[in-house]
Amino acid sequence: MNLYHIIQEIEKTDPEVYDRLDSRRAVMKNFAGFGKKLAAAAIPIAFGSMLNKAYGQGTATSVLDVLNYALTLEYLESGFYAMGNAAATTLIPTTEEKNAIKVIGDHEAEHVTFLKSAITSAGGTPVKKPVFDYTAKGTFPDVFTNYQTFLAVAQTFEDTGVRAYKGQASNLMSNSDVLTAALNIHSVEARHASQVRQMRKANNFGDVKPWITLNQSGIASTAVQPSYNGEENTNQAGVQIKNINGMKVSENAASEAFDEPLTMDQVLAIVKPFIVA
Amino acid sequence: MDTKHDVNQSEDAIGKIEAKALPRRSFLRYAGTGATLVTLTLTGIAGISGCSKDNSPNPGNEGVDLGSDDIGILNYAYALEQLEAAFYTQVIKSPFSSITDGEMALLTDIRDHEIAHREFFKTALAAKAIAGLEVDFSKIDFSSRDSVLGTAKAFEDLGVSAYNGAGSLLKTPNYLVLAGKIVSVEARHAAYLRDLVTPGSFAGDDVVNNMGLDTSRTPPQVLQIAGAYVKTKIDASHLPTS
Repeated sequence: MNLYHIIQEIEKTDPEVYDRLDSRRAVMKNFAGFGKKLAAAAIPIAFGSMLNKAYGQGTATSVLDVLNYALTLEYLESGFYAMGNAAATTLIPTTEEKNAIKVIGDHEAEHVTFLKSAITSAGGTPVKKPVFDYTAKGTFPDVFTNYQTFLAVAQTFEDTGVRAYKGQASNLMSNSDVLTAALNIHSVEARHASQVRQMRKANNFGDVKPWITLNQSGIASTAVQPSYNGEENTNQAGVQIKNINGMKVSENAASEAFDEPLTMDQVLAIVKPFIVA
Repeated sequence: MDTKHDVNQSEDAIGKIEAKALPRRSFLRYAGTGATLVTLTLTGIAGISGCSKDNSPNPGNEGVDLGSDDIGILNYAYALEQLEAAFYTQVIKSPFSSITDGEMALLTDIRDHEIAHREFFKTALAAKAIAGLEVDFSKIDFSSRDSVLGTAKAFEDLGVSAYNGAGSLLKTPNYLVLAGKIVSVEARHAAYLRDLVTPGSFAGDDVVNNMGLDTSRTPPQVLQIAGAYVKTKIDASHLPTS
């Protein structure tokens, strides 16, 4: 992202660009206001909204759709960890683990805030927070009383989140600032997934590694399987990764080395049981 | 082919000259207040400082040229995967003394993932792939747990920030998806290694900011850091900057 370059490019075809951006003072005020609240990554988005106003062009609907889709998933996650943290005294056994879940929950809440601001700045309307049922209509009845269930759902949410963002990356290519922000969220979800998997392993809840082996969830419930189907892929862009170029890369390692995307429809089907309205 | 390359180069050169024409200070003044300046410097100006560095004459033809456009970005990723794969190959060949079975197993996994990434880029780039890089691991003490895990953590965090920063430089959707498939695995590695070094730091606030966003770096920023571990000279001057 190079704001300077963008302004210059516009100036080539529109010498009045600075006047169109309201006025220098208004621009500075906009930047300052957004900067305090949102800091670095959101400023380009704020800038995008200024350009939209200046030239009367709306941000592509698809980008806003993706942002609202991401917001829905972040509502789901942040609400989940908020309830987990509220029940932490009885739910989460150690201080170290309480802290880890707190860190993850804070990030998800920050993602909600960030996405809402980004959507508003781009001229859209953030979707309302749905009402959630974290038992998934009774599939996980003890989700906030049984730590094993809680971490199983957490792992599924994080691994699904990684796949969901990955599946939308190419829909964000028209807006490099939104794309970069989405990528910066995507890798945080992957860090969370890695950590939750390690916590499940440490508690002997599942034989999992920080990365996804084949399409294995390491979770007893088959309800989570759609979040892992397709992860067994070892063929990337027509290249077989298993034993590639004579290297000893096992099928497991070949599948682990690449996380796979999910489409919006696939993800919405996965989260549907958790959404009441 | 040659003509096309020349055209690209001269366009780049023109872009850089124009970038120099309006002094940085006037843009900063335009952009606003002090608090905002700091953040703008991180996101907006990084590309410019990269450009002015590229402007310095690059003597000699030794080393590798990553190339331009998407191929350049893929070669950039290939270079980083070469570095990582070489590092973990050595880690497994001469493991630090206190290594546990669990650590050995997961570090072996990571080695295999990085080899898979390296070989994937090599195969996909085919004739356009840069040559194998010569690494310099003289600063790493492979017998020391702290040295190895500290370096591993730094490499993984660097890799995550490199892919995050390079995504918007790619023009081909399929390449972006491939980069996305890899970066989340690097982030899984990073979180694991960070926790080995400092428990609880899997997504520490030195890499994740207060908006819950991970770090992204431009290719010049990444190569400056990675360069300490690579002997081969890497010419990144034709890479896209936006």
